[in-house]
Amino acid sequence: MATIIGGLTTSHIPAVGNAIARGQKDDDYWKPFFDGYPPIHAWLEKHKPDVAINIYNDHGLGFFLDQMPTFAIGAAHEYINEDEGWGIPVLPPFPGDAKLSWHIIEGMVEDEFDITSCQELAVDHGFTVPMQLFWPGLGDNPDMPRAIPISANTVQHPIPTLKRALDFGKSLGRAIRSYPEDIKVVVLGTGGLSHQLDGERAGFINKEFDQMCMEKIVTDPEELTKISRHELVRQAGAQGTEFLMWMMMRGALGDKVRPLHQNYHIPVSNTGAGTMMLECIE
Amino acid sequence: MEFEDFDHHTPIEGTTLFDGEMAMIGYALNKMCYSFNSAEAREQYLANPEAYFEKFGLNEAQKQACRNKNVLEMIAAGGNIYYLAKFAGIYKLNMQDIGAQQTGMSVEDFKEKLRKAGD
Repeated sequence: MATIIGGLTTSHIPAVGNAIARGQKDDDYWKPFFDGYPPIHAWLEKHKPDVAINIYNDHGLGFFLDQMPTFAIGAAHEYINEDEGWGIPVLPPFPGDAKLSWHIIEGMVEDEFDITSCQELAVDHGFTVPMQLFWPGLGDNPDMPRAIPISANTVQHPIPTLKRALDFGKSLGRAIRSYPEDIKVVVLGTGGLSHQLDGERAGFINKEFDQMCMEKIVTDPEELTKISRHELVRQAGAQGTEFLMWMMMRGALGDKVRPLHQNYHIPVSNTGAGTMMLECIE
Repeated sequence: MEFEDFDHHTPIEGTTLFDGEMAMIGYALNKMCYSFNSAEAREQYLANPEAYFEKFGLNEAQKQACRNKNVLEMIAAGGNIYYLAKFAGIYKLNMQDIGAQQTGMSVEDFKEKLRKAGD
């Protein structure tokens, strides 16, 4: 049967993609951020997951407002990256695992989560930057797993509640663990933490709130479901709602997790950047 | 469930929540900005912005906000920041440039504000 070995979180800021492309990892500005990743590389090299479930939010590449799914799951054999309009280099396609995708979709719809399935899905920086951060070199990295993108709507309110995000993750976890093949799965929760790009409050970052979220997501994610969506915007900033992806990831890991590593750095572009490695406890 | 749960307009200082109401107002503007994922569309826009506004049916407030390259005006006209970022990209403006513009700060002061959030 499939096992979930753990969860990884990271911010997915486009500027990170540019920094990687330009070889700026060791620059003074970037080093405190990129230094958060080698312990995760070592863990991935040791465990070599077969599949990464990459939970992100599309920012206007794969979806537009004409048809905006609240929860979408990729069901393709590969996922292409495309021009996003502002200069981040386009990356080669990412191999998928369509058979596992359909197993997850079947399981979650049976579990009463209404899923949008996508046999074609262009993945944007929300998906690609975490892949680059966790598996440097991508296709040239022999350990890069097959990937399944899951996108949740944070573009347009109403966005899912924190409770729904956590429950989604629980259902996702059940679906993965019922897959008959002996594969190892890692779940990525990407985006966040606090940031706001728009309005007179642009540049808002809330270190205290981010650190509280990073603590509670390990010890008591249920407590975080008491935060309303409006309060999340107030405390995390208008785009800090991406924390929903972390909740989805956390739900899939089960009740107890072992926190192995974390890093937090302000600022990366306009964002409080959080990185975590959580291992599932059998 | 109380009706207030659906109220996305309880003020959060300096913040416009992009909900159904804003999505209705801004559809044409956002659709135009979404088209800027394509290099061909960006070239077409730059060659004749006014014709490009017409192609997507922007209203006058949206057109003027674009002419002014003013992000707060674009938001007021229904723009969503993720699509507006593609408009900004045409003019090589990054998130610190946009942040500085919206807050009335210099780019250097805006970057310093971000850095100080880590103290």
